Amino acid sequence: MTTDRPTRAIALRRTVAALAIALAPAVLASPPAQAAPGADAAHTSSAATSTTATRLATDVATDCKPDDSTACVAVVVMNDAGDRIADAEVTITGPGGFDETVTTTADAPASVAVPEVGRYTLTLDPASLPAGEQLPDGASTELQVTAQTGGTGRAAFQVGGEAVAPESPSAEATTTAPGGDEGTDAGTGTTTEGDGVATAPEGDASERAFSWGQVWQQFGSGIRFGLLLALASIGLNLVFGTTGMSNFAHGEQFALGAALGFIAINQMGMSIWVGGLLTIAVCALTGVAQDAAIWRPLRRRGTPVMQLMIVSIGLSITLQYVIQLLIGGGSERILSANPRPLTLLGITLSTTSWISMAVALVCLIGFALFLTRTRLGRATRAVSDNPALASATGIDPDKVVRVVWILATAFAALAGLMWGISFGSFNWQLGVQLLLLMFAAVTLGGLGTAFGALVGSILIGLVVELSNLVIQSDLRYASALVILILVLLIRPQGILGRRERIG
Amino acid sequence: MDEFLRILTQSLAELIAPTTAAYALAAIGLNLHFGYTGLLNMGQAGFMLLGAYGFGIATIAGAPFFLALLVALVAGLIFALLLGIPTLQLRGDYLAIVTISAAEIIRWIGRSTWLQEWTGGASGLQGRNYKGTFQDLSPLPDGRTVIGPLEYINTGSDSWWTRIFAWGVVALALLFVWLVTRSPWGRVLKGIREDEDAVRALGKNVYSYKLQSLVLGGMLGALGGVLYVLPITIAPDAMGRTMTFFVWTVLLLGGAATVFGPVLGAMIFFGAYMFMRTGMRALSENTGVGDVISTTNVEQIGGMLVGITLMLLVIFRPQGILGNKKELAFNVR
Repeated sequence: MTTDRPTRAIALRRTVAALAIALAPAVLASPPAQAAPGADAAHTSSAATSTTATRLATDVATDCKPDDSTACVAVVVMNDAGDRIADAEVTITGPGGFDETVTTTADAPASVAVPEVGRYTLTLDPASLPAGEQLPDGASTELQVTAQTGGTGRAAFQVGGEAVAPESPSAEATTTAPGGDEGTDAGTGTTTEGDGVATAPEGDASERAFSWGQVWQQFGSGIRFGLLLALASIGLNLVFGTTGMSNFAHGEQFALGAALGFIAINQMGMSIWVGGLLTIAVCALTGVAQDAAIWRPLRRRGTPVMQLMIVSIGLSITLQYVIQLLIGGGSERILSANPRPLTLLGITLSTTSWISMAVALVCLIGFALFLTRTRLGRATRAVSDNPALASATGIDPDKVVRVVWILATAFAALAGLMWGISFGSFNWQLGVQLLLLMFAAVTLGGLGTAFGALVGSILIGLVVELSNLVIQSDLRYASALVILILVLLIRPQGILGRRERIG
Repeated sequence: MDEFLRILTQSLAELIAPTTAAYALAAIGLNLHFGYTGLLNMGQAGFMLLGAYGFGIATIAGAPFFLALLVALVAGLIFALLLGIPTLQLRGDYLAIVTISAAEIIRWIGRSTWLQEWTGGASGLQGRNYKGTFQDLSPLPDGRTVIGPLEYINTGSDSWWTRIFAWGVVALALLFVWLVTRSPWGRVLKGIREDEDAVRALGKNVYSYKLQSLVLGGMLGALGGVLYVLPITIAPDAMGRTMTFFVWTVLLLGGAATVFGPVLGAMIFFGAYMFMRTGMRALSENTGVGDVISTTNVEQIGGMLVGITLMLLVIFRPQGILGNKKELAFNVR
């Protein structure tokens, strides 16, 4: 472990900060200019595409869950206060003679599963609107959305006397994560208010215009992704460093955090802080328990690490189905309220995302201090460097490994929980999907190096979110894995790794 | 009692099902990788999916059956070269991470809208579009045949012809593996598994042998993928990580580094898996158990039991049913 080289990590953070400052002016200048093309692309039928009070509903619909074979169209009707209006009737027509009428509710977007991908036209029946909330003069009663398999095409009608804009442009289909079976709602950060800054594009890259504002927005999303990924993969790397095992069940520890958080906060109604702490505590207990019940006995027997790896695959399969048993097969949301957007430095993310990023950063810094400044942290590094030598100097490797398991599972749970909160929805396959990105991150940074995991994670996060701009969004996770393979070709020990480890 | 007989028949039918043959063939390929050479290939499903796509797309493009099979094999070969060249010089778990990632990349590309024109996107390719050339080859007369408790049509998707062909391919693959592992070439592979440096000291090119093993096993995996999709459809999401892990369970259950291990493992695994699921479903539907375990939970509990089986197997009997503990590749890096 190269924890004795924190200067590199600091230098990197400085570089990132410098880059951020350098990019900021370009971004701040661009927002007004780029609201129009985005709106044009999304909504060609309406003449009024200038100033828009864009309001994209980011809820996953209640009665249609997009999956591998289903595409959904969802619609909300909002008044000028941003509240959803119930009992409005919207007719959805589309290819193949599809024709269905839905009635909106105040709780969630009304949605319907559509048989084919393609463009759908939504027509609002003005007679069904409440008396005080009619469409503004001259507003179109029609919106168009594109439905994609594995995603929800969303549309929002804006009504009410004072609404300046006739209606908001329809949202392009928010593709659920590229695995499709994962269901992370990457569109959470796209909720925009007022000036319509940097609506993060989803869908086909070729359909939208390139702008620096988007790059900056995706950069912010990438940092968010990277910080949460770092928090999760540090545990993976620590376990690898101290025991030599590639733990394939680590992804499930991450998903377990989201799943238990969902049960505690959403279903049992605890507050975020109580439920979150409880979730982390329970997950840390699973770490202690599995070390005591499985890993320590196996280490005592001198089981080779490859065998341990396959045992962890078995554990991963088991935990996957345990999670499925706990939360079911569909996509779930920890917080059911609409996320409130917050714009900092020209990047619009939900408020919970900003809080998650801050928490992740504090945890990462705290962890770095733990590794470099405390006795136990130094013992951890000693064990991961050379267990035999460490135990000869009076360190108890079993105790260190136990602490490592507690930290690894607790950090994974925290990351999973914050992921579930700030990325919208998740499902039981979240773990495996993320596990490969974690492996990519730690390999990129250097297997077994604590700060390597951080650097690698941020890079992977940026690659995943920025690649959105040039390739289709359903392939963005693949881009991270392509990078992993390229790294192994060029520099197999990773950015911060040492040559002798790759043997 | 009728119910029990039905469950038993279903489980027995699973022993000779084409899917079982497909998994057996994929496990035979993995056996070359892991059992004989000691390579940790965690992406066998990627080879299978590529084989299936190669076969399906070639057939839809108008290729005759055997040319399409060749395309599937070549797809497996190229994929193995792409994976092997960068990673085989590195430590074992790098290959594991790279293969599992590469298999996922294949699946993501397959299900993305990018190549939808050829791959059919997330919904995949329909069976009727590529089964024609295979079913035209059938020498069996029309109609249905009953053998014991099993009854299938002679030619069609879920037919005797599919079963005969699938198990015929498995038998050929067994013969091939048996011959090849008895040859001097096979002994070098086992030498690499036991002690790479010793083999290198004898002047053998370890890297090249590993690559050859990866290619051969990968081509068997691609062929397994073709067998897998012959009775059903090509659906990328059905051929993901879970499939790889099932292939591993099959191999470790039967016994790595044995010729018949993969076949025995596949039969026992799928027979028991089917018995367990249909049994639990019947219990859940007909008795008081249903209040505790709903029918939707049966799949989940089945999956959990597979995971637990894999863990217990690796901890307590890593050599599987037929294997020899001395011939186990876990000890080498």
